[in-house]
Amino acid sequence: MDTMRDRFAPVVSRLLDEDPRVAVVLAEIGVDGFAEAARRHPDRVVNVGIREQLLVGAAAGLALTGMRPVVHTFASFLVERPFEQVKLDLGHQDAGAVLVSAAASFDWPAGGYTHMAPGDVALLDTLDGWTVHVPGHPDEAETLLRHAVAAGDDKVYVRLSLQSNGRALPVDGQRFRTVREGRSGVVVAVGPMLDTVLAATEGLDVTVLYATTVRPFDGEALRRAARAAGTDVVLVEPYLAGTSTATANDALSEVPHRVLGLGVGRRELRRYGQVEEHVAAHGLDARSLRERIGGFVGAAVPA
Amino acid sequence: MHMTNATDMTHTYADLPALMGLMTGDEKHGPAATSTLDVLWVLYDRVLRVSPERMADPERDRFLLSKGHGPMAYYAVLAAKGFVPVEWLPGFGSYDSPLGHHPDRTLVPGAEIGSGSLGHGLPIAVGTALGLRAQGLDEPRVWALIGDAELDEGSNHEAIAFAGPAGLDRLHTVVVDNSSATYARPGGIAARFEAAGWSALTVDGRDHEALYAAFTAPHPGRPHVVVARVEPKSA
Repeated sequence: MDTMRDRFAPVVSRLLDEDPRVAVVLAEIGVDGFAEAARRHPDRVVNVGIREQLLVGAAAGLALTGMRPVVHTFASFLVERPFEQVKLDLGHQDAGAVLVSAAASFDWPAGGYTHMAPGDVALLDTLDGWTVHVPGHPDEAETLLRHAVAAGDDKVYVRLSLQSNGRALPVDGQRFRTVREGRSGVVVAVGPMLDTVLAATEGLDVTVLYATTVRPFDGEALRRAARAAGTDVVLVEPYLAGTSTATANDALSEVPHRVLGLGVGRRELRRYGQVEEHVAAHGLDARSLRERIGGFVGAAVPA
Repeated sequence: MHMTNATDMTHTYADLPALMGLMTGDEKHGPAATSTLDVLWVLYDRVLRVSPERMADPERDRFLLSKGHGPMAYYAVLAAKGFVPVEWLPGFGSYDSPLGHHPDRTLVPGAEIGSGSLGHGLPIAVGTALGLRAQGLDEPRVWALIGDAELDEGSNHEAIAFAGPAGLDRLHTVVVDNSSATYARPGGIAARFEAAGWSALTVDGRDHEALYAAFTAPHPGRPHVVVARVEPKSA
Protein backbone atom coordinates (compact mmCIF):
# COMPACT_ATOMS: atom_id res chain seq x y z
CA MET A 1 0.00 0.00 0.00
CA ASP A 2 1.24 3.51 -0.69
CA THR A 3 1.70 5.92 2.19
CA MET A 4 -0.10 9.11 3.17
CA ARG A 5 2.97 11.03 2.15
CA ASP A 6 2.96 9.35 -1.27
CA ARG A 7 -0.43 11.00 -1.76
CA PHE A 8 0.65 14.43 -0.56
CA ALA A 9 2.55 15.74 -3.59
CA PRO A 10 0.11 14.37 -6.24
CA VAL A 11 -2.94 15.74 -4.41
CA VAL A 12 -1.43 19.15 -3.76
CA SER A 13 -0.06 19.27 -7.32
CA ARG A 14 -3.64 18.88 -8.57
CA LEU A 15 -4.78 21.61 -6.18
CA LEU A 16 -2.06 23.86 -7.62
CA ASP A 17 -3.60 23.26 -11.05
CA GLU A 18 -7.13 23.87 -9.82
CA ASP A 19 -6.71 26.89 -7.53
CA PRO A 20 -4.44 29.86 -8.32
CA ARG A 21 -4.41 30.82 -4.63
CA VAL A 22 -2.52 27.67 -3.65
CA ALA A 23 1.24 27.84 -3.14
CA VAL A 24 3.55 25.14 -1.78
CA VAL A 25 6.40 26.10 0.51
CA LEU A 26 9.13 23.56 1.22
CA ALA A 27 12.46 23.41 3.01
CA GLU A 28 14.24 20.83 0.82
CA ILE A 29 12.29 17.93 2.33
CA GLY A 30 9.72 16.70 -0.18
CA VAL A 31 11.01 18.79 -3.10
CA ASP A 32 11.35 15.86 -5.52
CA GLY A 33 7.62 15.15 -5.41
CA PHE A 34 6.88 18.63 -6.71
CA ALA A 35 9.35 18.68 -9.61
CA GLU A 36 6.64 18.47 -12.27
CA ALA A 37 4.35 20.92 -10.46
CA ALA A 38 7.26 23.35 -10.11
CA ARG A 39 7.70 23.30 -13.90
CA ARG A 40 4.02 24.14 -14.39
CA HIS A 41 3.85 26.67 -11.55
CA PRO A 42 7.36 27.99 -10.96
CA ASP A 43 6.17 30.91 -8.81
CA ARG A 44 3.86 28.80 -6.66
CA VAL A 45 6.23 26.00 -5.68
CA VAL A 46 8.87 27.55 -3.44
CA ASN A 47 11.80 25.77 -1.84
CA VAL A 48 13.51 28.02 0.70
CA GLY A 49 16.36 25.63 1.43
CA ILE A 50 17.04 24.23 4.89
CA ARG A 51 15.52 27.27 6.60
CA GLU A 52 12.51 26.46 8.72
CA GLN A 53 12.01 29.89 10.29
CA LEU A 54 11.86 31.31 6.78
CA LEU A 55 9.62 28.41 5.74
CA VAL A 56 6.86 29.53 8.09
CA GLY A 57 7.60 33.26 7.86
CA ALA A 58 7.48 33.20 4.07
CA ALA A 59 4.24 31.22 4.20
CA ALA A 60 2.76 33.96 6.35
CA GLY A 61 3.88 36.59 3.85
CA LEU A 62 2.28 34.63 1.02
CA ALA A 63 -0.94 34.44 3.02
CA LEU A 64 -0.91 38.19 3.68
CA THR A 65 -0.98 38.75 -0.08
CA GLY A 66 -4.04 36.51 -0.39
CA MET A 67 -2.45 33.16 -1.21
CA ARG A 68 -3.20 29.81 0.43
CA PRO A 69 0.20 28.40 1.45
CA VAL A 70 0.68 24.66 1.97
CA VAL A 71 3.79 24.16 4.06
CA HIS A 72 5.54 20.82 4.43
CA THR A 73 8.42 19.21 6.24
CA PHE A 74 8.95 16.73 9.06
CA ALA A 75 6.82 17.50 12.12
CA SER A 76 9.82 18.30 14.30
CA PHE A 77 11.00 20.98 11.85
CA LEU A 78 7.52 22.27 11.00
CA VAL A 79 6.01 22.80 14.45
CA GLU A 80 8.78 22.53 17.02
CA ARG A 81 11.79 24.30 15.52
CA PRO A 82 9.89 27.35 14.16
CA PHE A 83 7.25 27.37 16.88
CA GLU A 84 7.46 31.12 17.44
CA GLN A 85 6.87 31.66 13.72
CA VAL A 86 3.80 29.43 13.96
CA LYS A 87 2.62 31.40 16.99
CA LEU A 88 3.36 34.90 15.70
CA ASP A 89 3.71 34.90 11.90
CA LEU A 90 0.51 32.88 11.48
CA GLY A 91 -1.45 33.32 14.72
CA HIS A 92 -0.63 36.87 15.78
CA GLN A 93 -0.57 38.17 12.19
CA ASP A 94 -3.96 36.56 11.65
CA ALA A 95 -2.64 34.74 8.58
CA GLY A 96 -3.78 31.28 7.52
CA ALA A 97 -1.82 28.31 6.25
CA VAL A 98 -1.98 24.55 5.88
CA LEU A 99 0.90 22.86 7.67
CA VAL A 100 1.39 19.28 6.50
CA SER A 101 3.87 17.23 8.48
CA ALA A 102 5.54 13.90 7.92
CA ALA A 103 7.43 11.50 10.18
CA ALA A 104 4.92 11.85 13.05
CA SER A 105 5.90 10.51 16.48
CA PHE A 106 8.36 7.81 15.40
CA ASP A 107 7.91 6.97 11.73
CA TRP A 108 11.69 6.74 11.36
CA PRO A 109 12.91 5.16 14.59
CA ALA A 110 16.35 4.48 13.17
CA GLY A 111 16.67 8.26 12.76
CA GLY A 112 16.39 8.73 16.50
CA TYR A 113 14.79 11.36 18.69
CA THR A 114 15.82 14.34 16.54
CA HIS A 115 13.26 13.20 13.96
CA MET A 116 10.45 12.38 16.37
CA ALA A 117 7.68 14.84 17.22
CA PRO A 118 5.22 13.26 19.65
CA GLY A 119 4.54 16.72 21.11
CA ASP A 120 3.39 18.47 17.93
CA VAL A 121 -0.36 18.44 18.62
CA ALA A 122 0.15 19.35 22.28
CA LEU A 123 2.23 22.34 21.21
CA LEU A 124 -0.44 23.52 18.79
CA ASP A 125 -2.91 23.17 21.66
CA THR A 126 -1.23 26.16 23.32
CA LEU A 127 -2.44 28.29 20.40
CA ASP A 128 -5.88 29.46 19.34
CA GLY A 129 -7.78 28.53 16.24
CA TRP A 130 -5.94 25.53 14.81
CA THR A 131 -7.76 22.71 13.07
CA VAL A 132 -5.86 19.44 13.43
CA HIS A 133 -6.43 16.50 11.10
CA VAL A 134 -4.86 13.10 11.90
CA PRO A 135 -5.78 10.78 9.03
CA GLY A 136 -5.56 7.05 9.57
CA HIS A 137 -5.26 5.94 5.96
CA PRO A 138 -3.86 7.40 2.71
CA ASP A 139 -7.38 7.80 1.28
CA GLU A 140 -8.41 9.73 4.37
CA ALA A 141 -5.26 11.83 4.10
CA GLU A 142 -6.22 12.77 0.56
CA THR A 143 -9.72 13.83 1.63
CA LEU A 144 -8.47 15.77 4.64
CA LEU A 145 -5.77 17.53 2.62
CA ARG A 146 -8.47 18.77 0.28
CA HIS A 147 -10.59 19.88 3.23
CA ALA A 148 -7.61 21.71 4.71
CA VAL A 149 -6.72 23.63 1.58
CA ALA A 150 -10.37 24.52 0.97
CA ALA A 151 -10.84 25.86 4.49
CA GLY A 152 -10.67 29.54 3.58
CA ASP A 153 -7.86 31.21 5.49
CA ASP A 154 -8.02 28.84 8.44
CA LYS A 155 -4.95 27.58 10.20
CA VAL A 156 -4.88 23.82 9.62
CA TYR A 157 -2.40 21.12 10.61
CA VAL A 158 -2.44 17.80 8.78
CA ARG A 159 -0.39 15.08 10.46
CA LEU A 160 0.71 12.43 7.97
CA SER A 161 2.21 9.16 9.17
CA LEU A 162 3.57 5.90 7.84
CA GLN A 163 1.34 4.20 10.39
CA SER A 164 -1.96 3.38 8.80
CA ASN A 165 -5.12 1.35 9.23
CA GLY A 166 -5.89 -1.45 6.77
CA ARG A 167 -8.84 0.27 5.17
CA ALA A 168 -10.15 3.79 4.91
CA LEU A 169 -13.36 5.07 6.45
CA PRO A 170 -15.40 8.03 5.24
CA VAL A 171 -14.14 11.23 6.88
CA ASP A 172 -15.78 14.64 6.79
CA GLY A 173 -13.09 16.86 8.29
CA GLN A 174 -15.20 17.57 11.37
CA ARG A 175 -16.86 14.77 13.25
CA PHE A 176 -15.91 11.58 15.07
CA ARG A 177 -17.34 8.38 13.64
CA THR A 178 -18.92 5.59 15.69
CA VAL A 179 -17.21 2.35 14.70
CA ARG A 180 -18.46 0.02 17.42
CA GLU A 181 -21.14 0.38 20.08
CA GLY A 182 -21.02 -0.95 23.63
CA ARG A 183 -22.38 -0.17 27.09
CA SER A 184 -19.43 0.04 29.47
CA GLY A 185 -17.03 2.69 28.26
CA VAL A 186 -16.02 4.83 25.30
CA VAL A 187 -12.69 4.47 23.53
CA VAL A 188 -11.64 7.25 21.18
CA ALA A 189 -9.14 5.95 18.62
CA VAL A 190 -7.25 8.69 16.81
CA GLY A 191 -6.13 8.21 13.20
CA PRO A 192 -3.75 5.30 12.67
CA MET A 193 -4.55 3.85 16.13
CA LEU A 194 -7.93 2.51 15.00
CA ASP A 195 -6.99 -0.99 13.82
CA THR A 196 -5.02 -1.65 16.99
CA VAL A 197 -7.81 -0.29 19.17
CA LEU A 198 -10.38 -2.49 17.42
CA ALA A 199 -8.16 -5.53 17.95
CA ALA A 200 -7.52 -4.54 21.56
CA THR A 201 -11.21 -4.11 22.37
CA GLU A 202 -12.47 -7.21 20.58
CA GLY A 203 -15.10 -8.78 22.83
CA LEU A 204 -15.11 -5.85 25.26
CA ASP A 205 -18.43 -4.08 25.72
CA VAL A 206 -17.18 -0.62 24.75
CA THR A 207 -18.07 1.99 22.17
CA VAL A 208 -15.24 2.89 19.80
CA LEU A 209 -15.23 6.35 18.25
CA TYR A 210 -12.86 7.08 15.39
CA ALA A 211 -11.33 10.57 15.35
CA THR A 212 -9.49 11.93 12.34
CA THR A 213 -10.16 15.58 13.08
CA VAL A 214 -9.14 16.15 16.71
CA ARG A 215 -9.26 19.97 16.81
CA PRO A 216 -11.84 21.21 17.14
CA PHE A 217 -12.62 18.19 19.35
CA ASP A 218 -16.01 16.65 18.63
CA GLY A 219 -17.29 16.94 22.18
CA GLU A 220 -20.87 16.35 21.10
CA ALA A 221 -19.95 12.92 19.71
CA LEU A 222 -18.25 12.03 22.98
CA ARG A 223 -21.23 13.17 25.06
CA ARG A 224 -23.61 11.24 22.83
CA ALA A 225 -21.52 8.09 23.11
CA ALA A 226 -21.17 8.51 26.88
CA ARG A 227 -24.95 8.74 27.32
CA ALA A 228 -25.26 5.16 26.06
CA ALA A 229 -21.93 3.68 27.07
CA GLY A 230 -21.17 5.50 30.31
CA THR A 231 -18.61 8.11 31.17
CA ASP A 232 -15.46 6.00 31.41
CA VAL A 233 -13.45 7.38 28.49
CA VAL A 234 -10.16 6.13 27.08
CA LEU A 235 -8.29 8.22 24.53
CA VAL A 236 -5.77 6.40 22.33
CA GLU A 237 -3.66 8.93 20.48
CA PRO A 238 -0.63 8.41 18.21
CA TYR A 239 1.17 11.39 19.78
CA LEU A 240 1.91 12.46 23.35
CA ALA A 241 -0.25 10.59 25.90
CA GLY A 242 -2.89 12.80 27.42
CA THR A 243 -2.83 15.42 24.66
CA SER A 244 -6.64 15.41 24.48
CA THR A 245 -7.40 14.61 28.11
CA ALA A 246 -8.24 18.20 29.00
CA THR A 247 -10.38 18.57 25.89
CA ALA A 248 -12.32 15.39 26.72
CA ASN A 249 -12.73 16.60 30.31
CA ASP A 250 -14.14 19.87 29.04
CA ALA A 251 -16.60 18.00 26.83
CA LEU A 252 -17.89 16.04 29.84
CA SER A 253 -17.71 18.84 32.41
CA GLU A 254 -21.44 18.55 33.16
CA VAL A 255 -21.25 14.92 34.29
CA PRO A 256 -19.05 12.88 36.60
CA HIS A 257 -16.58 11.04 34.40
CA ARG A 258 -13.14 9.45 34.19
CA VAL A 259 -10.63 9.87 31.38
CA LEU A 260 -7.57 7.74 30.68
CA GLY A 261 -5.17 9.25 28.14
CA LEU A 262 -3.03 6.74 26.28
CA GLY A 263 -0.42 7.58 23.71
CA VAL A 264 3.29 8.12 23.29
CA GLY A 265 5.24 8.47 26.52
CA ARG A 266 7.30 11.53 27.41
CA ARG A 267 10.39 9.60 28.36
CA GLU A 268 13.02 9.51 25.66
CA LEU A 269 13.67 5.86 24.86
CA ARG A 270 17.08 6.40 23.22
CA ARG A 271 16.32 3.42 21.00
CA TYR A 272 16.43 3.01 17.21
CA GLY A 273 14.93 -0.03 15.46
CA GLN A 274 11.47 -0.44 13.92
CA VAL A 275 8.11 1.32 14.28
CA GLU A 276 6.56 -1.81 15.81
CA GLU A 277 9.21 -1.86 18.52
CA HIS A 278 8.40 1.73 19.47
CA VAL A 279 4.68 1.02 19.40
CA ALA A 280 5.26 -1.77 21.89
CA ALA A 281 7.69 0.25 24.01
CA HIS A 282 5.01 2.92 24.46
CA GLY A 283 2.37 0.31 25.33
CA LEU A 284 0.40 0.98 22.17
CA ASP A 285 0.33 -2.57 20.80
CA ALA A 286 -2.99 -4.43 20.93
CA ARG A 287 -2.08 -6.62 23.91
CA SER A 288 -0.94 -3.68 26.08
CA LEU A 289 -3.92 -1.57 25.06
CA ARG A 290 -6.31 -4.41 25.88
CA GLU A 291 -4.89 -4.70 29.39
CA ARG A 292 -4.96 -0.98 30.04
CA ILE A 293 -8.37 -0.32 28.51
CA GLY A 294 -9.91 -3.41 30.10
CA GLY A 295 -8.44 -2.52 33.47
CA PHE A 296 -9.76 1.01 33.30
CA VAL A 297 -13.32 0.26 32.26
CA GLY A 298 -13.45 -2.65 34.70
CA ALA A 299 -14.21 -5.25 32.08
CA ALA A 300 -13.20 -8.81 32.66
CA VAL A 301 -10.72 -9.26 29.85
CA PRO A 302 -11.36 -12.59 28.12
CA ALA A 303 -8.16 -14.43 27.46
CA MET B 1 0.81 72.48 12.99
CA HIS B 2 -2.51 71.13 11.90
CA MET B 3 -4.20 68.54 14.09
CA THR B 4 -7.80 69.48 13.63
CA ASN B 5 -8.92 66.24 12.04
CA ALA B 6 -7.62 62.80 11.28
CA THR B 7 -7.69 63.13 7.52
CA ASP B 8 -5.78 66.37 7.42
CA MET B 9 -2.99 65.60 4.98
CA THR B 10 -1.02 68.78 5.49
CA HIS B 11 1.30 67.51 8.22
CA THR B 12 4.95 67.99 7.53
CA TYR B 13 8.18 66.65 8.90
CA ALA B 14 8.25 69.56 11.31
CA ASP B 15 5.05 68.30 12.92
CA LEU B 16 6.48 64.90 13.87
CA PRO B 17 8.07 65.86 17.21
CA ALA B 18 4.76 67.27 18.41
CA LEU B 19 2.92 64.15 17.25
CA MET B 20 5.41 62.00 19.13
CA GLY B 21 4.98 64.29 22.10
CA LEU B 22 1.29 63.38 22.21
CA MET B 23 2.39 59.81 22.98
CA THR B 24 5.19 60.53 25.40
CA GLY B 25 4.24 63.87 26.93
CA ASP B 26 7.66 65.14 25.91
CA GLU B 27 8.71 67.11 22.87
CA LYS B 28 12.33 66.09 23.21
CA HIS B 29 13.24 62.55 22.19
CA GLY B 30 16.49 60.71 22.51
CA PRO B 31 18.12 58.94 19.57
CA ALA B 32 16.66 55.56 20.48
CA ALA B 33 13.12 56.87 20.18
CA THR B 34 13.77 58.58 16.89
CA SER B 35 16.41 56.46 15.16
CA THR B 36 13.83 55.44 12.58
CA LEU B 37 12.14 58.83 12.21
CA ASP B 38 13.91 60.19 9.11
CA VAL B 39 13.90 56.83 7.33
CA LEU B 40 10.18 56.45 7.97
CA TRP B 41 9.40 59.98 6.87
CA VAL B 42 11.31 59.77 3.60
CA LEU B 43 9.74 56.40 2.81
CA TYR B 44 6.17 57.48 3.54
CA ASP B 45 6.57 60.98 2.11
CA ARG B 46 8.42 60.21 -1.10
CA VAL B 47 8.92 56.51 -1.82
CA LEU B 48 6.09 54.22 -0.77
CA ARG B 49 3.05 54.09 -3.02
CA VAL B 50 0.59 53.77 -0.18
CA SER B 51 -2.19 55.87 1.28
CA PRO B 52 -5.05 55.31 3.72
CA GLU B 53 -7.39 54.83 0.76
CA ARG B 54 -5.16 52.18 -0.83
CA MET B 55 -4.81 49.74 2.06
CA ALA B 56 -7.06 47.18 0.33
CA ASP B 57 -5.39 47.75 -3.05
CA PRO B 58 -3.33 44.70 -4.09
CA GLU B 59 -1.11 47.04 -6.14
CA ARG B 60 0.05 49.06 -3.13
CA ASP B 61 3.61 48.90 -1.86
CA ARG B 62 4.10 46.97 1.37
CA PHE B 63 6.05 48.43 4.29
CA LEU B 64 6.77 45.97 7.11
CA LEU B 65 8.10 47.46 10.33
CA SER B 66 10.07 44.55 11.75
CA LYS B 67 11.75 46.51 14.53
CA GLY B 68 8.53 47.08 16.43
CA HIS B 69 10.15 48.37 19.59
CA GLY B 70 9.88 52.11 20.12
CA PRO B 71 7.11 52.64 17.55
CA MET B 72 6.36 56.28 18.39
CA ALA B 73 8.05 57.55 15.24
CA TYR B 74 6.07 55.01 13.19
CA TYR B 75 2.75 56.01 14.73
CA ALA B 76 3.64 59.69 14.30
CA VAL B 77 4.32 59.18 10.59
CA LEU B 78 1.16 57.10 10.16
CA ALA B 79 -0.78 59.89 11.88
CA ALA B 80 0.89 62.57 9.79
CA LYS B 81 -0.08 60.70 6.65
CA GLY B 82 -3.66 60.11 7.72
CA PHE B 83 -3.59 56.37 8.42
CA VAL B 84 -4.05 56.77 12.17
CA PRO B 85 -6.24 59.46 13.75
CA VAL B 86 -4.15 61.98 15.65
CA GLU B 87 -6.67 61.67 18.47
CA TRP B 88 -5.45 58.11 19.10
CA LEU B 89 -1.90 59.16 19.93
CA PRO B 90 -2.36 60.32 23.56
CA GLY B 91 -3.75 56.90 24.50
CA PHE B 92 -0.49 55.19 23.45
CA GLY B 93 -0.01 51.95 25.37
CA SER B 94 -3.26 52.12 27.33
CA TYR B 95 -5.73 49.23 27.59
CA ASP B 96 -8.26 50.72 25.20
CA SER B 97 -5.74 52.05 22.70
CA PRO B 98 -5.04 50.32 19.37
CA LEU B 99 -1.50 51.72 19.64
CA GLY B 100 0.68 49.45 21.75
CA HIS B 101 4.36 49.62 22.51
CA HIS B 102 4.66 47.05 19.76
CA PRO B 103 2.28 47.44 16.81
CA ASP B 104 -0.51 44.95 16.04
CA ARG B 105 -1.50 44.83 12.38
CA THR B 106 -5.09 43.94 13.24
CA LEU B 107 -5.42 47.13 15.31
CA VAL B 108 -3.31 49.76 13.53
CA PRO B 109 -4.59 51.11 10.20
CA GLY B 110 -1.73 51.06 7.73
CA ALA B 111 0.39 48.51 9.59
CA GLU B 112 1.12 45.55 7.28
CA ILE B 113 2.45 43.37 10.12
CA GLY B 114 2.51 43.23 13.87
CA SER B 115 5.98 43.15 15.36
CA GLY B 116 7.81 43.10 18.64
CA SER B 117 9.69 39.83 18.69
CA LEU B 118 12.76 40.53 16.57
CA GLY B 119 13.61 38.80 13.32
CA HIS B 120 10.14 38.16 11.96
CA GLY B 121 9.61 40.99 9.47
CA LEU B 122 12.20 40.13 6.85
CA PRO B 123 11.12 36.48 6.40
CA ILE B 124 7.50 37.67 6.13
CA ALA B 125 8.63 40.28 3.59
CA VAL B 126 10.25 37.50 1.54
CA GLY B 127 6.93 35.65 1.48
CA THR B 128 5.07 38.85 0.62
CA ALA B 129 7.38 39.40 -2.34
CA LEU B 130 6.88 35.78 -3.43
CA GLY B 131 3.11 36.11 -3.10
CA LEU B 132 2.95 39.27 -5.17
CA ARG B 133 5.14 37.70 -7.85
CA ALA B 134 3.02 34.57 -7.95
CA GLN B 135 -0.07 36.68 -8.59
CA GLY B 136 1.56 38.65 -11.39
CA LEU B 137 1.44 41.86 -9.36
CA ASP B 138 4.64 43.32 -10.74
CA GLU B 139 4.32 46.90 -9.53
CA PRO B 140 4.27 46.64 -5.73
CA ARG B 141 7.56 46.83 -3.92
CA VAL B 142 8.14 45.34 -0.50
CA TRP B 143 10.09 47.09 2.26
CA ALA B 144 11.18 45.78 5.64
CA LEU B 145 12.71 47.99 8.32
CA ILE B 146 15.02 46.27 10.75
CA GLY B 147 17.50 47.42 13.36
CA ASP B 148 21.22 46.68 13.39
CA ALA B 149 20.95 44.66 16.61
CA GLU B 150 17.91 42.89 15.22
CA LEU B 151 20.29 41.34 12.71
CA ASP B 152 21.58 39.22 15.58
CA GLU B 153 18.51 37.03 15.06
CA GLY B 154 19.34 34.13 12.77
CA SER B 155 15.95 34.20 11.08
CA ASN B 156 17.09 37.34 9.21
CA HIS B 157 20.00 35.45 7.77
CA GLU B 158 17.72 32.72 6.47
CA ALA B 159 15.84 35.45 4.59
CA ILE B 160 18.93 37.33 3.40
CA ALA B 161 20.63 34.16 2.15
CA PHE B 162 17.50 33.09 0.27
CA ALA B 163 16.40 36.39 -1.26
CA GLY B 164 19.69 37.21 -2.99
CA PRO B 165 20.15 33.99 -4.95
CA ALA B 166 16.38 33.89 -5.57
CA GLY B 167 16.67 37.29 -7.29
CA LEU B 168 13.79 38.85 -5.36
CA ASP B 169 14.40 42.29 -6.78
CA ARG B 170 11.14 43.76 -5.49
CA LEU B 171 12.36 43.18 -1.93
CA HIS B 172 13.95 46.09 -0.07
CA THR B 173 15.40 46.24 3.41
CA VAL B 174 16.41 49.29 5.35
CA VAL B 175 18.67 48.63 8.32
CA VAL B 176 18.62 51.49 10.80
CA ASP B 177 22.09 51.28 12.29
CA ASN B 178 22.42 53.04 15.64
CA SER B 179 25.31 50.82 16.68
CA SER B 180 23.20 48.99 19.22
CA ALA B 181 24.50 45.49 18.42
CA THR B 182 26.90 44.27 21.10
CA TYR B 183 28.99 42.34 18.59
CA ALA B 184 29.58 44.08 15.28
CA ARG B 185 32.34 44.89 12.82
CA PRO B 186 32.66 48.05 10.71
CA GLY B 187 30.93 47.55 7.40
CA GLY B 188 29.72 44.17 8.52
CA ILE B 189 26.03 44.79 7.83
CA ALA B 190 26.34 45.71 4.16
CA ALA B 191 28.99 43.03 3.64
CA ARG B 192 26.66 40.28 4.79
CA PHE B 193 23.92 41.37 2.41
CA GLU B 194 26.40 41.79 -0.44
CA ALA B 195 27.79 38.31 0.17
CA ALA B 196 24.27 36.99 -0.43
CA GLY B 197 23.99 38.87 -3.72
CA TRP B 198 22.07 41.95 -2.60
CA SER B 199 22.60 45.46 -3.87
CA ALA B 200 23.73 47.50 -0.85
CA LEU B 201 24.15 51.20 -0.07
CA THR B 202 25.17 52.80 3.21
CA VAL B 203 24.07 56.37 3.86
CA ASP B 204 23.56 58.96 6.58
CA GLY B 205 20.22 58.03 8.12
CA ARG B 206 19.42 61.67 8.90
CA ASP B 207 20.09 63.02 5.39
CA HIS B 208 16.78 63.00 3.54
CA GLU B 209 18.25 63.49 0.07
CA ALA B 210 20.82 60.75 0.62
CA LEU B 211 18.13 58.42 1.92
CA TYR B 212 15.87 59.17 -1.03
CA ALA B 213 18.68 58.56 -3.51
CA ALA B 214 19.57 55.26 -1.84
CA PHE B 215 15.94 54.14 -1.61
CA THR B 216 15.36 54.79 -5.29
CA ALA B 217 18.67 53.54 -6.68
CA PRO B 218 18.20 50.94 -9.44
CA HIS B 219 19.09 47.33 -8.54
CA PRO B 220 17.99 45.14 -11.43
CA GLY B 221 17.70 41.45 -10.64
CA ARG B 222 18.77 41.85 -7.02
CA PRO B 223 17.11 42.72 -3.72
CA HIS B 224 18.30 45.99 -2.25
CA VAL B 225 19.42 46.99 1.24
CA VAL B 226 19.98 50.50 2.53
CA VAL B 227 22.02 50.78 5.71
CA ALA B 228 20.95 54.03 7.33
CA ARG B 229 23.52 55.08 9.90
CA VAL B 230 22.39 57.30 12.74
CA GLU B 231 24.00 58.45 15.96
CA PRO B 232 24.90 55.57 18.31
CA LYS B 233 22.22 54.56 20.78
CA SER B 234 24.71 54.80 23.62
CA ALA B 235 25.91 58.29 22.68
